[in-house]
Amino acid sequence: MNDLPILTIITLLPLIGGLIVVGLGAEQKGLARKLALAFSFASLALAMGLWKQFDTTSGELQFVERHDWIPTLGVQYFVGVDGLGLLMVMLTAIVVPMSLLVSGRINERVPLYHALVLFLQAGLFGTFTALNFFHWFIFWELSLIPAFFLVRLWGGPQRAPAATQFFIYTMVGSVAMLLAFLAIFVATGKFDFIELAELGRNGTLASALAAKLGWYNLNTGPLALVIFGGVLLGFAVKVPLMPFHTWLPATYAEAPSPVTMLLTGVMSKMGMYGFIRILLPIFVSQMQMPKVLATLQWLAVITIVFSACAAFAQRDLKRILAYSSINHLGYCLLGVFAVAGSGGIAVNAATEKAAALNGVFLQMFNHGLTAATLFMFVGFLEQRSGGLHGLNDFGGLRKVAPVFCGLMGIALFSSLGLPGLNGFVGEFLIFKGVFPLAPWAAALSVIGLLVTAIFILTILQRVFNGPLNVKWAKFPDLTPGEIGLLLIPIALMFVLGLYPRLVLDVINPTAVQMVEQLKF
Amino acid sequence: MTPWIVKNLWLIPALPILAAGLSALAPQRCRKFSASLAIGSMVVSFLLALCAFAHTLQHGGHGAAKEVFNFEWLRFAAGDAGILKLGWVLDPLTAVMLVMVTFVGTLIFIYSVGYMAHDKNFTRFFTFLSLFAGAMLGVVIANSLLLLFISWELVGLTSYLLIGFWYHKPSAAAAAKKAFITTRIGDVALLLGMVWLYSQTGTLLFYDDGGGCMEKSALAKMVVQATGIGMAVSTGIGLLIFIGAMGKSGQVPLHVWLPDAMEGPTPVSALIHAATMVAAGVFLVARVYPLMAVSDISDAGRLFFSNTSPALQVVTWIGAITAVFAATIAVAQNDIKRILAYSTVSQLGYMMMGLGVGGVAVGMFHLITHAFFKALLFMGAGSVIHGCHDEQDIRRMGWLKKYMPITFLTYAVGMLALAGFPLVFSGFWSKDAILHSAHGWSVSQIPFYLGVAGAFLTAFYMTRQVALVFFGSNRSRRGNEADHSHPTIPPPHVGGYEPHESPLVMTAPLIILAVCAVGLSAIGTPAWPWFQSFLGQHHGEGGFTGEVISLMVLSSVIVFAGLGVGWWLYGRKPIQKADEPDVLENLPLGMHAWFAKKYGVDELYEMTVIRFNAWFARACAFLDEWVWGGVVLLVSSLAVGFGFVSDAFDKFAINLGFDQSCDGVTRGGKLMSRLQDGRVQNYLRIIGVALVVLVLFLIWGGGK
Repeated sequence: MNDLPILTIITLLPLIGGLIVVGLGAEQKGLARKLALAFSFASLALAMGLWKQFDTTSGELQFVERHDWIPTLGVQYFVGVDGLGLLMVMLTAIVVPMSLLVSGRINERVPLYHALVLFLQAGLFGTFTALNFFHWFIFWELSLIPAFFLVRLWGGPQRAPAATQFFIYTMVGSVAMLLAFLAIFVATGKFDFIELAELGRNGTLASALAAKLGWYNLNTGPLALVIFGGVLLGFAVKVPLMPFHTWLPATYAEAPSPVTMLLTGVMSKMGMYGFIRILLPIFVSQMQMPKVLATLQWLAVITIVFSACAAFAQRDLKRILAYSSINHLGYCLLGVFAVAGSGGIAVNAATEKAAALNGVFLQMFNHGLTAATLFMFVGFLEQRSGGLHGLNDFGGLRKVAPVFCGLMGIALFSSLGLPGLNGFVGEFLIFKGVFPLAPWAAALSVIGLLVTAIFILTILQRVFNGPLNVKWAKFPDLTPGEIGLLLIPIALMFVLGLYPRLVLDVINPTAVQMVEQLKF
Repeated sequence: MTPWIVKNLWLIPALPILAAGLSALAPQRCRKFSASLAIGSMVVSFLLALCAFAHTLQHGGHGAAKEVFNFEWLRFAAGDAGILKLGWVLDPLTAVMLVMVTFVGTLIFIYSVGYMAHDKNFTRFFTFLSLFAGAMLGVVIANSLLLLFISWELVGLTSYLLIGFWYHKPSAAAAAKKAFITTRIGDVALLLGMVWLYSQTGTLLFYDDGGGCMEKSALAKMVVQATGIGMAVSTGIGLLIFIGAMGKSGQVPLHVWLPDAMEGPTPVSALIHAATMVAAGVFLVARVYPLMAVSDISDAGRLFFSNTSPALQVVTWIGAITAVFAATIAVAQNDIKRILAYSTVSQLGYMMMGLGVGGVAVGMFHLITHAFFKALLFMGAGSVIHGCHDEQDIRRMGWLKKYMPITFLTYAVGMLALAGFPLVFSGFWSKDAILHSAHGWSVSQIPFYLGVAGAFLTAFYMTRQVALVFFGSNRSRRGNEADHSHPTIPPPHVGGYEPHESPLVMTAPLIILAVCAVGLSAIGTPAWPWFQSFLGQHHGEGGFTGEVISLMVLSSVIVFAGLGVGWWLYGRKPIQKADEPDVLENLPLGMHAWFAKKYGVDELYEMTVIRFNAWFARACAFLDEWVWGGVVLLVSSLAVGFGFVSDAFDKFAINLGFDQSCDGVTRGGKLMSRLQDGRVQNYLRIIGVALVVLVLFLIWGGGK
């Protein structure tokens, strides 16, 4: 193994970058932009190095660093990544520079903005690599606070209530989770995710909780359930799982587009990541209780179908895409909840579970890439129209901006799950795995696929097709610079659609190992 | 050792896709480059398809020779079960389709050069056309339901792009969307069928040396298991796959998109919405035929296939109903392309019925013959539209046989083939084979009678169309004003409005297709059923038995009756003016009105499905904004209230003074009002206080 503490470096790098940038004077806009970009590209380079060195034959944690920190509390500095963590680090490293590159419309308090983005990135890297609750939670919150300010200070006209809602919501979730983990700590004296997962699997977690806490004479089962509920809430808000989602459309719509790219591209993955890394291994026996599981699975189905239908009813591009994000992550939730369950009608449950889990990982990455790219396009639309982003504000743009239309069309079809582009592979694997595990949930969820097609095509129809809206007769097409910027995500969409092994080879061992550990 | 052509079969779809990729990057002005690239790639694909065809011929045909090439695409789980393979297959079914698609495709590409000559987006057109051809060929060669599905969706995408090619027309944009979404309804069913099949058999390869999902061991597994509602798993999967086929092949009730798809340029209608893509559904059913037909298994493990299996019964009924349903609508349409569109829906119904009652060879023979003569008819219609300056209403045409003799002659050949004119036209033989099989179907004779009725209607509406377009008097808008006193004398030339014959680049493909429409009859007659035995589905007697001959006589009589009635009503005494009422309007019970408005299916969907969907979407949005939002509001006010109470409690408990507590209340009130402006520090404070309280509570509880 390499002795270089590469995960620590990758996390500290944007933090240092942020501290440098925030110290710049307000008038040093260009320098702030350049510095922030340089730091994010350095992170990208590091992430690529990480990807290259990663041993794809193993599902174990790699690049592990472990140091005692506060021995009396059992707190260790413990970081490492497996296939999933690596994929999320990579996603973060890709999306952040994409967002920074299109932040040109931000003209106020430029250094602060860029510093906050870098802090956010550090929080994300930390969240995806930390394996001890103590510093994991610090990073989790570190990402929340810059996000709040980014929405609050640079958002649209309704930014104040949107940011407030966002903050209250995620904070309530975080607090619930913090309390739950404090309770666990009191009961077991452990903060370490890996050790806690071990306790969760062999059932000692629930009994330890009962022995130490025993609130209101709650029995072992219900008590563990309450704790489980606290952690669940934290992640459910973040993903979001309906009905904990109402903060999302407002926040995504009010945030400036580059920030929405970050929110949907990577921050929404924090919740999913938490579900898979923390909730599923530690609370597997709670999740497997039939009533809990059924509730969660149906909530996932509702999330998928309702959000798709709600997207169809929206008349604002950002809100449509926001609901579409909820819909896409709904498939991930469905996949995770199906994996948690028993075999269903599956002939070979372990294979189906691994398929679903791989599908979830892929979908997380693909959604991050596609949704960020789509919001990038919305940003370009706003830039050209003075901030408009209504569904009916345009019309017939294909005539004057064919390249714009073509490339955004590719991204939209990727979001629709067209085979040949990235979105399909993840969705296919999720359905392939979920159908035998939970047939009815899968069968109902395909309604989401259908409605997604309707609203995606409606976007194409209203914005790009039909007679040209005379107002936009001079609508400029994409500049070569913008095309160059878009080529990377668009090319990735094709590559991952045609050659998904690029990612699957990295994540498959992790998925297989997770499924093995979930056996009961 | 895998033969070269099997190993490299992927080149056939890959070449057009490559051509599409290259011409997508080419600027709009590179018209020649783009067109020649597209045509060149299709020609090479055609030659390769011929090689593949020759290869299967050498290896005897008879459906038995299935040569496959499979490869690993990805791994999603541990062990062999976690390897997802894709691959392609070369068997007679594939070979026949490959030759048909590349041949018809090449002709249509050439024709398009003339038809689209004046279009600004000429380059883009050939890009989409090539992409379509590649995707369609991918459907044909796929040896994996997943690869088939991938190509299938790409076919849907290109169909969407090409229907909406004139995107500035709102009707075209809407039709494109409708087509994509209607077929997508079928596609999600197909997706479900696919994942179900995958979970049951552990593979999506059709053929894999005994391990494929269309092979014995997999079929045996599926036929013995029952689903929750009593039918066998194989039936359930088969029906889901069939719903996918229904969407693509425009079967009732998912047929609504196909007539609207005529908004696309006419070569597109010919290629995609007549000859190839819409036949993909029929092809899919043929491809998974073992799954559809398997009906039982003996104790010894022998599988029984039958044309009365539940899945095939559904196929037959849907096909038969579609055949007649669409034919009646075609009777009352006035748009030259819409008549052909409904005719296509009807013929696709025949193909499905043929698959259901007669097997792969019967359905596929009609698919192949239909592809040739329907492509011919559409391209003829395109030539007419082109010659009449974009007029599509047959009431405004007439007497065109003088202006466009080649178009007229070739169109007549296509029309007679479609109508099933006896002996010399391919359509007669392929349709007769279907009727013959339907006659022998043991479940019911109704599909047979429906088929006969459809045959009559087909002959009738095609005669009507030809009579109105090519005979009678010219009723074009300008011509009408000039002179309508001499019905058979063409009006004087007025500007550019005189209809004209199309250029050679458009008529040459017509002539070639017309020759094929006749010539194909040679390969599938009962006397020499080469096609049927090539596809390996011909069993039994053959030759002209008494039963065959009597059915041939019957269907000839029906066809002549259709032609005769059509001519008697429309040819004998042609209409003079475009707005004359149609003679059929005298039919009882307002039948004509029903036909003309297509039984109101669109309106029905508009009133039910679409309205419900819109309502439901609004309900979801409303729920989201008000109900969930309300809950959130409640929760947040509770949080605020909690903060207030704890704040007050703090002051009250610590200071023990009433004044202070009043102060506390006031401050709490201020706090509450400050909360409205969203200052973060307040939230942090609330949450901090709450946190401390809860932690204290927790530790206190923990210590107990």
